[in-house]
Amino acid sequence: MPTVKSDTLSLRSEQDIVNVRQVVRKLAQECGFSLVEQTKMVTAASELARNTVTYGKGGDVLWEMLTEGLKKGLRLSFVDAGPGIPDLELALTDGWTSGGGMGLGLSGAKRLVNEFEIETAPGKGTRVTILRWK
Amino acid sequence: MFDSVLRDDYQNILNEWLAELQSAKSGSDHRLGVTELRSQGETFLSLLRDASKKGQLASGQGDSWLALQEFLERISSSRAVQGFTSSETAGFVFSLKKFLFAAMRRTSGANAEALAAETWKVTELLDKLGLLTVTTYQKAREDVIRRQQEELLELSTPVVKLWDGVLALPMIGTLDSARTQVVMEALLQRLVETESEIAIIDITGVPTVDTLVAQHLLKTVTAIRLMGADCIISGIRPQIAQTIVHLGVDLQGVTTKANLADALSLALKRLGLTVGKVKQ
Amino acid sequence: MSMGNVERIAILRMGPFLLVTIQVDMHDQLALTLQDDLTAKIEKTGAKGVLIDISALDMVDSFIGRMIGNISSMSRILDAHTVVVGMKPAVAITLVELGITLAGVRTALTVERGMNILRAAIADQTDQLEADDADREE
Repeated sequence: MPTVKSDTLSLRSEQDIVNVRQVVRKLAQECGFSLVEQTKMVTAASELARNTVTYGKGGDVLWEMLTEGLKKGLRLSFVDAGPGIPDLELALTDGWTSGGGMGLGLSGAKRLVNEFEIETAPGKGTRVTILRWK
Repeated sequence: MFDSVLRDDYQNILNEWLAELQSAKSGSDHRLGVTELRSQGETFLSLLRDASKKGQLASGQGDSWLALQEFLERISSSRAVQGFTSSETAGFVFSLKKFLFAAMRRTSGANAEALAAETWKVTELLDKLGLLTVTTYQKAREDVIRRQQEELLELSTPVVKLWDGVLALPMIGTLDSARTQVVMEALLQRLVETESEIAIIDITGVPTVDTLVAQHLLKTVTAIRLMGADCIISGIRPQIAQTIVHLGVDLQGVTTKANLADALSLALKRLGLTVGKVKQ
Repeated sequence: MSMGNVERIAILRMGPFLLVTIQVDMHDQLALTLQDDLTAKIEKTGAKGVLIDISALDMVDSFIGRMIGNISSMSRILDAHTVVVGMKPAVAITLVELGITLAGVRTALTVERGMNILRAAIADQTDQLEADDADREE
C-alpha cells in the first residue's frame, strides 16, 4: 500500500500526548473518517502515546497516511526504548495494569482500530503499530 | 522534437484540436458548453507546453507536471458527475494525439526514424494522461456510489419522534453490523439534538440477530446510558430471545418490552405522563 | 508549555453546587489538578453537588475516564453528588468500545437536566434526614 505522506513526532512529555491527539485528529479528518471513526483513532492514539511517555520513558510516534485502491488509512507506530513488556498476554488483558491506569490502554486501543501489532521484549523497548481504514 | 513542436507550432495544434473537439460535440449535448470545452482544451495544451518547457514531462515530476495532473483530475471528476462515460472523458486527452502527430510530421521531414521514436514517446505520455483521467473518473464515480449507499443506509431506518422526549428506532430487515452501526450513531445524534430522555429500539421487523448485532445493540444501550438517556428494546421475537440466550449475550440491566406500545407506555410513565380516556 | 503547571480549570459555585466546564484538551496533570481542586473545594464550601460539563470534549480516554470516575467516588465520600453532562455521541461510543462504562457515575444530556438530578438528590437526602430525626424523637 502506497504512503501518501508521513512524519515523526516526539513523545517526551504530557503536552506531547495532547499534541499527538490534535495531529491525529487532523489527519483522520483528511482521510475522510467519520466523527466516530476520528474519535476512536484519536482515543487509541492517546492511550498508546501515554504508554510511550509513562512506561516507555519517552519515544516517538511515526504517522503514515496510506492508500489502498480507493481506501484511505492512517497508520501510527509508537516506538520507545524503554523496559519493554515482560508478559504480553497479561498486558493485553482487560483490567490488568502495571501503572495507575484502568488497565484498558493496550486492550482498549486494540478494539478501536482495524489492525493492531505489538513487538516487545524485556529491555528492548516496545513498538505498537495501529492502523485504521476509512 | 515534441518539445519544439509544442513551442513553435502551438497555435496551429491548438486551433486544429479545438475545431475537432467542437465538431465532435453534438449540438444536443448540453452537459458541457462550447466555451467551457474550448477553455478546457486551451488550458490543457498550455499546461502541457509549460511542463514540456521545464522538461518535466519525461521525469513526471515538478510543479508544472503537478498542475497538469491536477487539472486533468479536476475535469475528469466534474465529467463523472456531469454524466460523461469514462471513454468520453479519456477521449478528450486521446483526441489530441492526431494533431500532435501531424505537427511532428510537418517538422520531421524525411527523418522517419526520429519521427517514429518521438511518436512512441508522445503516445506513451498521452496514454498515461488518458489513464489518469480514467482513474480519477472512477474515483469520482465511487464517491457518488458511496454517498448514495450512506444515504440509503440512513434512509432505511429513520429515527422517529414518538412523544416529546421519546425517540423510536423501528428496525426492519436483516441487520448487519455496518447498518447497525450507522443507525445507532444516528439515534445517539438525534437524542442530543432533540434532548430526548428515552430511546426505544424496536426490533419487531428483524428476523434474526447474530452475536455481532446483539453486541452492537448492547453497546448502543450502554452508550445511550453514558450520555444520560434511557433505552428500551421492544419487539424481541421468541426466536431472537432464544438466540440471545444461546449466544451468551448478557442483556441483564437492559429494559425490554414485548411490543412498541408497551415500551411507549413505560416511557410515558417514566416521564410522569399518563394516557386516559376523555370523560364524556 | 512553560505555563503548564499553573494552568487550571475554573470551578464555579452556584448555591450548594459546584460547576465545572471542561473546555480544553486536557493533559494528564491538568486532569489531576482538577481532581485535587474539586475535592478541596467541596470540603471548603460544603457543596452538596458537583456538575461536570464535558460537552466541549471531543475525546475521553481511559485516563480522563478514570479521573471522572474518581471525582464521582471521592465526592460521594465527601457527601456530594456528581453528575456528568453533555457527553458527545462519538465520545460515548468510543468509551463503550474501550470498555469504560463509568459505573456509578450519574449522567444527563444537558446542564439543566443535570441540575434537576442534583436538586432531586439533595431533596431526597433532606427528606431522609427529616424522617430519621422524626424517628429519633418518637
